[in-house]
Amino acid sequence: MRSLWRGARHQNRIFWRTPVAAFFTLVFPILMLVLFTAIFGNDAFDSVYGRVSSSQFYTPGLAVFAATSSTYTGIGINLASRRELGILKRVRGTPMPRWTYLGGVVVSAVWIAALGVTAMVVLGVVAYGVNVEAAKVPAMLLSFAVGSASFAALGLALASVARSVSMAVPIANATLLPMAFISNIFVPFGSETPRWLDLLGDIFPLKHFGLAFGEAMNPLSEAPAVEWHRLGVLALWLAAGAAVAAWQFSWDPPVISGRRSRRRTRPAPA
Amino acid sequence: MSPAVAVSDLVKDYGAVRAVDGVSFEVERGEVFALLGPNGAGKSTIVEILEGHRTRSSGAVRVLDTDPASAPPSFRDRIGIVLQTSGIDPELTVREAIDFYGAAYSRPVPAQELIELVELGEKADARISTLSGGQQRRIDMALGLAGDPDVVFLDEPTTGFDPAARRRGWELVERLASEQRAVLLTTHYLDEAENLADRVAVLARGRIVAEGTPAELRARAGSALIRFAVPDRAEPVPDLLAPVSGQIVGRGRHVEITTDTPTADLAHLTSWAAQREIELEGLTVSTPSLEDVYLALVDDDRGGGDGAGGDS
Repeated sequence: MRSLWRGARHQNRIFWRTPVAAFFTLVFPILMLVLFTAIFGNDAFDSVYGRVSSSQFYTPGLAVFAATSSTYTGIGINLASRRELGILKRVRGTPMPRWTYLGGVVVSAVWIAALGVTAMVVLGVVAYGVNVEAAKVPAMLLSFAVGSASFAALGLALASVARSVSMAVPIANATLLPMAFISNIFVPFGSETPRWLDLLGDIFPLKHFGLAFGEAMNPLSEAPAVEWHRLGVLALWLAAGAAVAAWQFSWDPPVISGRRSRRRTRPAPA
Repeated sequence: MSPAVAVSDLVKDYGAVRAVDGVSFEVERGEVFALLGPNGAGKSTIVEILEGHRTRSSGAVRVLDTDPASAPPSFRDRIGIVLQTSGIDPELTVREAIDFYGAAYSRPVPAQELIELVELGEKADARISTLSGGQQRRIDMALGLAGDPDVVFLDEPTTGFDPAARRRGWELVERLASEQRAVLLTTHYLDEAENLADRVAVLARGRIVAEGTPAELRARAGSALIRFAVPDRAEPVPDLLAPVSGQIVGRGRHVEITTDTPTADLAHLTSWAAQREIELEGLTVSTPSLEDVYLALVDDDRGGGDGAGGDS
């Protein structure tokens, strides 16, 4: 347990010393909330939650987006880069149990996700009068926990499938960003949205994470406002991500031609 | 007491390629054992099998009386590993890295002690990303020793060191052996093996082609080495070389003869050349170094020294 905690602190330290990661995880989603409410105004409109203000629509979605940036994108790129640098190989050469190292990575990413979500919700409440009710806070916490765990598992899967950072970054973006567009995160779906887009969103986990969290903040929903079926879908994705990681995760640096150039080759004898 | 490392008949196949082909050796506590060989000879594969990072195809391996293939990670508590290609988190300072990785061991050496051991005192609180390659290699060394290991694996430990740092690296390795640790070193620097190792195994194409103390290996090469190049217009070279008693290695115009009777052989060569008014270019006689022995051994293995079949 202590080594898990130490591993999480180690990863937190690395995160705070990587400004680009801190920006995209914590600052960028908040910037989007400020921009969206500035562009579209804060008037009530008919959304997936019923008739609520646009900040009430955007806050939970962007909070969840911050959480997935930290867990899915963050874990995927972090581990791919640690593997590429040979750091995972070093870890494997110590007596440190492998699960404590990966556990530290996950705990740290979930912790950063919690900071991002908290910052977003506090901004929403203070600046835009977004609704948070004590009776539904347990549902918020539960959906955050299940959703973050699910995307952390998918982050481990991403780091397993993408052998290098140059693969992990485009895969992360090419999966998460389109998913955000069809999951009521960036764009609210209305009555004229094609049904197939709605169904497509239902397959992937982001929509369920966003709506589970959003319903827990929705002024029109009844406490306890736990969306069990959405949490069930997230649990399935968690299992799938964990299975891919268990099956495919590698600690060895990828073999890239020229990688071995650090070795000095003997000059050929004359 | 059983040896710290014992390997017998180790075989590793990668598909159809046999990377390690029946290797056996032992390393005692307090001994520096060097695996010497060209790239692709199988050195790193052997070391990674000993560390438990790779499985073997057949053979027996014991490290501290444990089979690394079936051992849990805690097996590495008594083992220090310095790999060629393992990185260190560039965001951390030297001290933070030593603290983090050292904490994995049950008997961590105090960070300050390790920092002084590898002479990084001035850089202790610098980010690793700002350090030179040689300085990072010294942290590699410090991290390898962080658990006060009984067995130390050093995979080309001084690659990237300047000559002075290399000497100090060697002193450190000698000190490890004097503290009764077993040290297994891989290197392709012959002077490193010659200076450091109590015993050397020369590895070529996955097999040990010679093993012994550096002095024993040198002795194998005979007492003298004659080198020269035959001019292009020279008459049939076999006439020249037939009466020579030593072992002959030819590469095109270049000839190397290792011999125990350098005087007689030299007399023959020079009179043959003088009669024909030929100058043997670059004619030298020298005492063979470990390097000559090594090159001859590795060359032999490529099929008789004519250069055929050498693909690495």
